[in-house]
Amino acid sequence: MSDALNITAPPGSQWKRRFLQPLLRQRSAMVGLAIIAVYIFAAVFAPWLATHDPAAQDLMASLQGPSAAHWLGTDSYGQDLYSRLLYGAQLALIIGFASVALGLVVGVAIGLAAGLMGGRTEWVLMRIVDGLLAFPELILAMAFMAVLGLGTENVVYALALSFVGPFARMTRGDVLQVKNQPYIEAARLMGVSTAAIIWRHVLPNVVSPILVQAGMRVSIAILLESGLSFLGIGVVPPTPDWGLMIAEGRAFITMAPWISGVPGVALAILLVALNLLGDGLRDAFDPTTQKDA
Amino acid sequence: MFQAASAKLAQTLLVLLIVSAASFAFLKLAPGDPVSIMLGSDYSKSSYDQLTHELGLDQPVVFQYGNWLADFVRGDWGTSYITNQNIFELAVLQALPVTLTLAALSLLIALVIGIPTGVMAALYRNSWADVLATTLAIGGNAFPSFYLGILLIWLFGVDLGWFPVLGFVAPWEDFWQGLWHLTLPAVTLGAWYVGLIARITRSSLLEVLGQPYILAAKARGEPGWRVVWVHGMRNVLMPLVTVIGLQLGGMLRGAVMTEVVFALPGLGMMVTTAVLNREYIVVQAGIMLTGLLFVAVNLAVDQTYQLLDPRLRRR
Repeated sequence: MSDALNITAPPGSQWKRRFLQPLLRQRSAMVGLAIIAVYIFAAVFAPWLATHDPAAQDLMASLQGPSAAHWLGTDSYGQDLYSRLLYGAQLALIIGFASVALGLVVGVAIGLAAGLMGGRTEWVLMRIVDGLLAFPELILAMAFMAVLGLGTENVVYALALSFVGPFARMTRGDVLQVKNQPYIEAARLMGVSTAAIIWRHVLPNVVSPILVQAGMRVSIAILLESGLSFLGIGVVPPTPDWGLMIAEGRAFITMAPWISGVPGVALAILLVALNLLGDGLRDAFDPTTQKDA
Repeated sequence: MFQAASAKLAQTLLVLLIVSAASFAFLKLAPGDPVSIMLGSDYSKSSYDQLTHELGLDQPVVFQYGNWLADFVRGDWGTSYITNQNIFELAVLQALPVTLTLAALSLLIALVIGIPTGVMAALYRNSWADVLATTLAIGGNAFPSFYLGILLIWLFGVDLGWFPVLGFVAPWEDFWQGLWHLTLPAVTLGAWYVGLIARITRSSLLEVLGQPYILAAKARGEPGWRVVWVHGMRNVLMPLVTVIGLQLGGMLRGAVMTEVVFALPGLGMMVTTAVLNREYIVVQAGIMLTGLLFVAVNLAVDQTYQLLDPRLRRR
């Protein structure tokens, strides 16, 4: 099918037409993307952009306001907030994307297995998914953190596990719709192997709503991650984490508002940008939800 | 009708069973051996075996689950190791009402601000109300509630001194004091909902206003406010209730953060403290309770549909 199209269109242009152009038309999504690009830049080049070691304490220089030595001031341990902000961006983005990616892979695998196998396997898998979906994400993540213990890696696992449910349910629903389409039957009659049918004919037809969902989940993941750390059951100090930084600055809000202000504002802007991009992705690729009239 | 109701009941029971099994599994997965925790550091093999037997931990897991579920249904949720408090009392009688009051007040604030904003935005598109609704929708949804809470404490609690900073006074004991203490937390939590409600109200109302029955009402010469608030809003309620119900997870997420920021002794505070203290039995009670709450709200949302839409009642 694609071979026939490629005769008239140079390779790559189909991808452009299907994915790039609809997204480029969403102006607010582009604004979101630009902001996220700045964050990604800060995260990638944090080691070069930072002026201090993000975990280095200097009690002589604690609770200082913005100055030439410390561009955004220091916290109560005398740690440089500018450097912590950069490394915090790194951590937030890594945890956000990694947990959603992991949750997506596991969830889609469960959804595919349930949708394609049917019968008892489907029943059991979907009851497990029901169990996961019966709890709010944060409670689920807190429970997993309690079982797994604190630490950066465990935050990723806990968040990923709490995202499995929605991905699995969505994938299964889409697979059930696609499964009975004539082209799947045709492929089967032609003797195409099951793995090839899943990879080439089922997955491409369920992938875009799942990716839209993933895009929207990243902001929830980052919100949950910083929330868990804020509560003290996520990443452990002295890791430069925005949630931890906000929690630390809470006690000093009247005398040194920049301690929680720097990570708080950075987090809020990133979440707004991710939401703009997520909404744009949804409007561009998800035919079931229509843009607000 | 009866068949549908019994199918719904069976489905709900199944979900409840899964919720309970998941909560039970949590306690089994939690690190640490409950028997050695209860015995302390110094104990003999025989006292260990005896306690294991008394707790029923030597039985097959299925039986343990059955016993646990029976105890749970009877309200026998055990006692906290740390405060020696009855967990049922702690969770259901003390923490749950705090969380529910906070959630209800936040929802009220969100509805009172969100619906008029949404209506104005729909009626006067591209006006300041429209801009406000969009800003609230994007900003409110993304702004982390724990940071918003800190900002509100700083501004209204410390700087202006209008509201108390921390602590909880039960409104059912001292209504005005309670309300005064809950204002900042409820605004913090409600801010998240306002934008969502405004946005849904706006888009649903725009859709409804294009329907023939609105034109018919206008043609009958009904006044404008009646067309919008009676004929229009009645049909906006359904999507609104759906979204409010669907976003309960977000509400609970915000409630946990808000409770911790304002030191309110609700469910979120209870679970957070319990996780930090490694008191898994209390965490489990919190998990089970939120799970039940989730299922109950979903059922309630289903029931409201029939209340709101007469067309669904005859089915």
